[in-house]
Amino acid sequence: MKRVQFEHSAVPYLFIAPQILIICIFFLWPAVQALYQSFLLEDAFGMSSQFVWFRNFEDVLSSSSWTRSAIFTVVFSVLVSVLSIAISLFLAVRADEVIRGAKSYKTLLMWGYAIAPPVAGLLGIMMFNPLMGDLYKAFNSFGFEFNHIENANDAAFIVILIAVWKQVSVNFIFFLSGLQGIPKSVQEAATLDCKSPERRFWTITFPLLAPTTFFLLVINLTYAFFETFGIIDVSTKGAPGGSTATLVYKVYVDGFLGADMGGSAAQSVLLMIMVSVLTVFQFRFIERKVHY
Amino acid sequence: MFRKTLMAAAAVFAIGNTAQAATEITWWHAMDGALGDVVNQITEDFNASQDEYKLVSINKGGYEDTMTAGIAAFRAKNQPNIIQIFDAGAATIINAKGAVKPVQDLLEANNVNFDINDYIPGVRYFYADSDGKMIGMPFNSSTPLLYYNKEALDKAGVDVPKTWQEFEAAAPKLKEAGYTALAQSHSPWIFFENFMSRHNLQMATANNGYDSTDVEILYNNDALKDHWQHVKDWKDAGYYGYYGRAWGANQDAFVQQQVAMWIGSSGSFGGLRKSAQFDFGASTLPYWEGTGDAPKSTFIGGAALFAFSGHDAAQDAGVAEFFKFLTKPETQYYWHKETGYVPITNAAYDLAKKEGYYNESPDAEVGITQLSEEGGEWTKGYRLGFYVQIREVIYREVDKIMNGEETVDAAFATIEEEANGLLKRFNDTYSN
Repeated sequence: MKRVQFEHSAVPYLFIAPQILIICIFFLWPAVQALYQSFLLEDAFGMSSQFVWFRNFEDVLSSSSWTRSAIFTVVFSVLVSVLSIAISLFLAVRADEVIRGAKSYKTLLMWGYAIAPPVAGLLGIMMFNPLMGDLYKAFNSFGFEFNHIENANDAAFIVILIAVWKQVSVNFIFFLSGLQGIPKSVQEAATLDCKSPERRFWTITFPLLAPTTFFLLVINLTYAFFETFGIIDVSTKGAPGGSTATLVYKVYVDGFLGADMGGSAAQSVLLMIMVSVLTVFQFRFIERKVHY
Repeated sequence: MFRKTLMAAAAVFAIGNTAQAATEITWWHAMDGALGDVVNQITEDFNASQDEYKLVSINKGGYEDTMTAGIAAFRAKNQPNIIQIFDAGAATIINAKGAVKPVQDLLEANNVNFDINDYIPGVRYFYADSDGKMIGMPFNSSTPLLYYNKEALDKAGVDVPKTWQEFEAAAPKLKEAGYTALAQSHSPWIFFENFMSRHNLQMATANNGYDSTDVEILYNNDALKDHWQHVKDWKDAGYYGYYGRAWGANQDAFVQQQVAMWIGSSGSFGGLRKSAQFDFGASTLPYWEGTGDAPKSTFIGGAALFAFSGHDAAQDAGVAEFFKFLTKPETQYYWHKETGYVPITNAAYDLAKKEGYYNESPDAEVGITQLSEEGGEWTKGYRLGFYVQIREVIYREVDKIMNGEETVDAAFATIEEEANGLLKRFNDTYSN
């Protein structure tokens, strides 16, 4: 491959400077601030503060509610990512096969993307309202004894359902364009060689979609970790018994509602570490299996 | 064209001039919907009543959002003049030394007459320091009441229960008549804080937290645990409906006539009058006969207005002027009538009586009667740090009691342990 040559070595740096600046201002600086804040016991109005080393981290890690929240976050994120990727892959493959009315199918499937997470949460919780929710009534009429107010699993089910539903359309868009990027000739050749559509999918189509899938895995995990906050706040508020509070939601409750700056800063630093580890893991071990 | 521009410029200049003449003061509050409209009306009335100050009131979302916005603004040195802070957040703002000017000092410095005894008993000391100096101006004050569906009670042939013993006798009859007997919004406020007040039980050491931040919670006591064991038993027997922590979900169950009685806020009165399609009444919060010193007065919930420090004397004078306007009997009576919150001064209460308001709607008086009942040593209120999180712990543990995940004893042990951990953190944060 031919490399583009610049006369001065400073030019490429100049070009990426705005990006670096934005990263510094909006990502690195707040991260450093959070780290510093996590070592402080400070009153909410900033009138006095003291340096307490790792006290905030000790307090957080020794609380049972944080542990419960951490476990829920991991389970929740894995389920949301896997389910939303699987469902949207299925939908994308089916929509790709449709010839008549393909456009309207695709538009309908993309609509969910336009809905803000809190609105999605609101829609969800209205459908599961014990007094008037249609889904709530439907579930109970099938004899499920569904009750998300008291049952932690039912509450988790609702949060996961809304989060997955919200994310399916985004994934769908990526998968569909990935599918349409696969050359027709390759597919035709595959059809000649192999009768079973399932085998064709797993040996030809899916490997060709692997880069897209990996990208979506990263995006979806980040989504499940951070962006589902609005859904949880509107639908369950972490109830019952803190069983549906993700770590981000806890940071919000303790820091923004409770005005415990040091404690919530420590939680967000722990969260930052968790996500970094997860990212490294994904790129080291999963990306190896992806062929571009 | 030139003429037009010139005239427009002149007009802008003129508007600019009049705006400059009045000192602008800002008020951040958490009242939206119908309550927000009333706040806007009061703001307009104040601005029309004088031309020295111009009050701008801005809704900043719910209680928590408003407090967060205030904290962020204060840290950015861009704080409003007045901020509304709710009961559970009071300790945070009062203990941040120097963040606010005590309202009593502010009023006295600006020659506004102030006598704490003008305020009704339940309101007087909730936002005061341990010496009895008023720090925050009580604004929207409410207290828990028992609302009942008259038709449901008639159908079951029972009277409104005054005590929990009477409730236990009535509940099976209500169930037979096809109703869940009771639901409640906001367990921490009603079945913890006000339970303690109603029975005159001490809620926390150090004078309920007023004297010091070095304090421990006293929730883990037999009277409260016994009450919650009863609640759990009622729930299992179908007498108590638990619709989770959301205020509205529990209220809706009452509005839709699934439950016969609902404990909510005296401030819910106005809203219920609009949404309930049936005849309902209000009564005082039931108590356990023989437990503690009951019945004593409850204390208030709701919020108070605090004057942020860091503004010039002219603006502070405007704040004092507005507080004077706000506590006038006429303003308070208007607020009381429109919202259902109690009037905070004796004079306003007298005015409401004189105007015959309670003859036409006697239920509107129940809240203020309850706040004016005989007080006791532990009915003045509380001042606990990180109390917002303590409420979160309570919500969480109540969930676990209700769904059978934990016994009452275990839940209260957790509440005690976690609350004390938070109180210790607060003390370590604020005491140096």
